[in-house]
Amino acid sequence: MSAALPVTVIGGYLGAGKTTLVNHLLRHAEGRRLAVLVNEFGELPIDTDLIEAEGEELISISGGCVCCSFGSDLTAALLRLAALEPRPDHVVIEASGVAIPGAILSSVSLLAGYRADGVVILADAVGLRGSLDDPYVGDTVRAQVAGADIIVLNKMDLVSEAARGGLVDWVAGGWPGAALLPVTGGAAPVDLVLGVGGTRGGGSAVGHADGLFESIVLEVSAEVDAAALAEAIATGSYGVVRAKGWVGGQLLHVVGQRWAVTPGRGAMGLVCIGVKGKLQRDGLAALVG
Amino acid sequence: MSDITIYPARKIITMNPARPEVSHVAVRDGRILGAGTLEELEGWGAYELDARFADKVLMPGMVEGHAHTMEGTLWGNVYVGYFDRMDPDGTVWPGLTSIDAVLARLTEAEAALSDPDAPLSAWQFDPIYMDNQRVNRAQLDAVSATRPIGVLHASVHIMNVNTRALELAGLMRQGIEHPGIPLGEDGYPTGELKGPEVMGQVGAHVGYAQALTDCDEPGLHAFAKLCVRQGVTTVTDLAAGLSPESVEMMLRVTGEARFPARVVPLRYFMGLSPADLVAEVVRLRDMSTDRLRMGRIKVVADGSIQGFSARMRWPGYYNGAPNGMWYIAPEQMEEIYERALEAGVQIHTHTNGDQATELALEKMEAALARHPRRDHRFTLQHCQLADAAQFRKIAALGMCVNLFANHHFYWGDAHFNLTVGPERAERMNACRTALASGVPMAMHSDAPITPLAPLFTAWCAVNRLTASGRVQGEAERISVSEALYAVTLGAAYTLHLDGEIGSIETGKRADFAVLEEDPTTVDAMALKDVSVWGTVQGGRVFAAGDL
Repeated sequence: MSAALPVTVIGGYLGAGKTTLVNHLLRHAEGRRLAVLVNEFGELPIDTDLIEAEGEELISISGGCVCCSFGSDLTAALLRLAALEPRPDHVVIEASGVAIPGAILSSVSLLAGYRADGVVILADAVGLRGSLDDPYVGDTVRAQVAGADIIVLNKMDLVSEAARGGLVDWVAGGWPGAALLPVTGGAAPVDLVLGVGGTRGGGSAVGHADGLFESIVLEVSAEVDAAALAEAIATGSYGVVRAKGWVGGQLLHVVGQRWAVTPGRGAMGLVCIGVKGKLQRDGLAALVG
Repeated sequence: MSDITIYPARKIITMNPARPEVSHVAVRDGRILGAGTLEELEGWGAYELDARFADKVLMPGMVEGHAHTMEGTLWGNVYVGYFDRMDPDGTVWPGLTSIDAVLARLTEAEAALSDPDAPLSAWQFDPIYMDNQRVNRAQLDAVSATRPIGVLHASVHIMNVNTRALELAGLMRQGIEHPGIPLGEDGYPTGELKGPEVMGQVGAHVGYAQALTDCDEPGLHAFAKLCVRQGVTTVTDLAAGLSPESVEMMLRVTGEARFPARVVPLRYFMGLSPADLVAEVVRLRDMSTDRLRMGRIKVVADGSIQGFSARMRWPGYYNGAPNGMWYIAPEQMEEIYERALEAGVQIHTHTNGDQATELALEKMEAALARHPRRDHRFTLQHCQLADAAQFRKIAALGMCVNLFANHHFYWGDAHFNLTVGPERAERMNACRTALASGVPMAMHSDAPITPLAPLFTAWCAVNRLTASGRVQGEAERISVSEALYAVTLGAAYTLHLDGEIGSIETGKRADFAVLEEDPTTVDAMALKDVSVWGTVQGGRVFAAGDL
């Protein structure tokens, strides 16, 4: 049996940039075959230059990626995806603007053959405060953000230089359980959103062109317990947004404060990625030594 | 042989204020040639006198403005509801008032299944009337440990399954962390599954593979029989998927020479962008026939009050439950309204909580300002908690309501004690306020949530009795004649069909409910007990006894 298929749910209120992020991921998939599930086929959810062919139920995208709509039956859509040849490497669900992505991911996690990878919430750097105060949808937005493993604080270019620091501190302080990625144009690094796993970088995270993020690769001692290490990284203050590694016959994943350990063999070692300047190298090195 | 048939009746209630009661109705080509005295009708020429209704009472065929044809499909499963209910073949299944009685009926149905692997599927279980006792998988395992069992609750949002069903779905394991899957002391699921996402993963193994929004072909036939038994000649299917296969099936079945009802399916809004949704519905509208009327959209704004998923304004739920959930973003609602107004497509919007109603009114006002359209008749469905100011606004915006009168009987006590508290429970489904505000009003069953039976719905609105026998909201009661209007012309109006159906007068479809008693003269408390002989639909006679 093949390894469980990781599922990432991308949520956030209307206009926060979910579709922009999805297109960014498709453009920088780096060899990953992504299967994108959208609530509806509308005014096209995928940039036209990425599309290779359009069917009634499936859009084929360059690089071996696909996009399907799921309407009101996500389970059925996921079961169809599992039967695709070749099998996708990662499923990305773009939730509707009022859906609670955390709830979607916990339902997905019940399906055999799938692994709940994480919840990524897009927040509009300019509009977030306003939408939290909206009399109709304020509590919905609050519930969305509260369930985030990663908050992508988008449209930072629209925030004045002077206000950026305060905004980032407010979001980081308000939702300490989530890793925070301040970006512009939805350009969150794929390795952070989906995890380390592209082929173009040679299987490990190297080089983040925009210089906002950095990664470190650590050797792990054979005595280290994978689950204990994953939990320590997820719950400690090491500035890690994402970690992945093989430790003693176990595959370890960390996304924000969510972690998972599944049986899996690979080259012993751990890759940690975070916002530049925030990764606690020494602390992490002490954990794996 | 003449092509005119004249039916004498004990009484014909016309809903035409100029001649509210007549003795004869003449029918030609499936339409009403006239309603009046025999002498008046003889003027149309040679006729055949058909006296089969001479001792019956005729009224306009009733129009159910909010039902789901999937009830017909559900009758293929075992009925385990709390209240007595008539199936499509006319058998009344006694209500089951204890868990033991439910398990006994399941055991009996299990013994009748010959295929050892076939699932046992049941529906309409409602533990809210049994002190909310929960059923666990061990109890269902005692019915059968080898075949999968699924028991759907009346809310349609919870299901109980046995161990075999959990095994087939891969859920018979420890370590599950999900709010919709309660675990027993042993760490395994108890077998109760909450919410469509969770139920959906098990549904295919317990006979609920089909989306709960749609009926299948046998289900549509069965549902039509229910219509005849309840005097219904036009019925909505209020959240239809309308896939190409479903449209083909519904066109074919409703087109059969003896199909006895006009079906009005509203396309469920999910799965298409607003622009594509409106375009699709315009396309479907042009494929309509007399007995399958497509071309309308159903939008859902929020959840249900008894499920605490309706969106409430301050001060929220009486028991302090957190506010409910949105099914659509406000911006999407506004865009659908605007595009539909522009294209002349009608929208019915489900709003249960008063905040959902408020949002729909706000978005409608904004959309109308940009795309003014007279006579749009956009309708709020359920609209159960609207207050007087909201009804005035509904009237001012030219909107209609279809109130859930039956809810008052089935869940009125729970609303009083638990969900919204006494004061708001008394104003729920405020028929009197709606009429006094000049809002065009229908009322409904939401079958299968409650039974399809417009005379029962009328009884609910007239008496406002709860299941425990209390009158709740006396000031919101309406008269029998107002109630009968609401389930005929009132509902027809909300579908833009009032020029065709809903009354017995020249030019309209020959759609009649044929009754054994006169609903306008029986005691108001007996309105629900008036027996229905059958219907005449498009001039074709359907006797319930011959189905």
